Amino acid sequence: MGDFDYSVIFDNLPLLIDGLKVTFLLTILAVVGGIVLGTLLALIRIAKVPVISWVAAAYVNFFRSLPLILVIFWLYFLVPLFLGRPVGSFYSVLIAFILFEAAYYSEIIRAGISSIRSGQVAAGRAIGLSYPQTMRYIVLPQAFRSMVPVLLTQAIVLFQDTSLVYVVGLKDFLVSAELIANRDQRLVEMFVLVAIVYFFFSFAGSLYARHLQRKLSV
Amino acid sequence: MNYNWDWGILFREPYFDWLVEGLMWTVSLSLLAWIIAFSLGSILGIMRTCSSRPLQLIATAYVELFRNIPLLVQLFLWYFVFPELLPDDAGRWVKREMPMPALTTAIIALGLYTASRVCEQVRSGIAAVGPGQRNAGKAIGMNEWQVYRYILLPNAFRIIIPPLTSEFLTIFKNSSLALTIGVVELTAMTRQIEEYTFQGFEAFTAATLIYSVVTFTVMLLMRIVERRVRIPGMISTN
Repeated sequence: MGDFDYSVIFDNLPLLIDGLKVTFLLTILAVVGGIVLGTLLALIRIAKVPVISWVAAAYVNFFRSLPLILVIFWLYFLVPLFLGRPVGSFYSVLIAFILFEAAYYSEIIRAGISSIRSGQVAAGRAIGLSYPQTMRYIVLPQAFRSMVPVLLTQAIVLFQDTSLVYVVGLKDFLVSAELIANRDQRLVEMFVLVAIVYFFFSFAGSLYARHLQRKLSV
Repeated sequence: MNYNWDWGILFREPYFDWLVEGLMWTVSLSLLAWIIAFSLGSILGIMRTCSSRPLQLIATAYVELFRNIPLLVQLFLWYFVFPELLPDDAGRWVKREMPMPALTTAIIALGLYTASRVCEQVRSGIAAVGPGQRNAGKAIGMNEWQVYRYILLPNAFRIIIPPLTSEFLTIFKNSSLALTIGVVELTAMTRQIEEYTFQGFEAFTAATLIYSVVTFTVMLLMRIVERRVRIPGMISTN
């Protein structure tokens, strides 16, 4: 440990920062996509439309039974096949993350919606709002407010999960660091740095989530 | 979409054997890692809820450390960095002479990571039993160890069967990460079939079905176990 070489980190800073940007971009897009698709799935399940609600439930349970790596491989294989031409791994990976995380987000959002008293829906209907309007203007705003800490916690999980793009070689933070590590024979320095950086962001995020939890709890 | 379907590939030699072998590695990896995760996680869960402040701190630090670093990075740390930090002889043993270095590393990394998650479940289980039970135990003259052994743990473990089941299934799914250090488990096998035959659709479908079937079977079995050991009179079990 005595010959820990800091210079390899500073010499390669631009490369590492580019990698970190990819990691954050992927995280943000996947969180947004996952929440949108997850909300849709949750609303469909709660609306109890015959067949369609069942399909949404099956979707959620199905994706929750699979390893993320397998889903990444699936999309990496399928997306170019469907488009008939090769595309960058970024898009196939992004689609994989959105499809996969939506299943987890939908469970969080469903629990959030279920925690709203049913009187709220009845009140909305009573003043003449349609069911979608009741959801849009009354139930969802309240549900999301109480869900923010849990959604943030899931976003941190997703942030960590993005490291799995390693299996298709997308140059995120981990892959960039690994390339430098192998090129310069500096595995110890690079992997320790990677661990510290992931820890820093995840820990800061989870502290903030806990702070929000305390602030929002009655 | 241009694709030549050939579902028969899955039942042809050697590919069928590959799938079976892959599943075997996945299952053994998961079970062995689960032994570490469950035992260490339970100990940490007890530490986090016990009366000793230093023990609480150690367990909390462990959970924060292991929960906030991605599992894949932890796997690399154990596999590439850990042997470098050891004295020369020990490092060489871990890297080369240890039996099945990749598999052993994967089991340990997966076990230690999941222990932090099991710890949180055990802690919430003990919290769910409530302080009244703990005080009742103390009042009848039990020491702290006895309170845990005879009152808190038997109740807590029964309450947390559902979350522990999903933690086990998380290990089962996370075992696929071992492919990054060269353990040829189920996902790696299907990837290999894809590369050999170009029948990616069939290979990935096989893996998908196997993972889903195992997951749903475990969930079904655990639901039966949960009903068998249910504590009468608890709100959560009604």
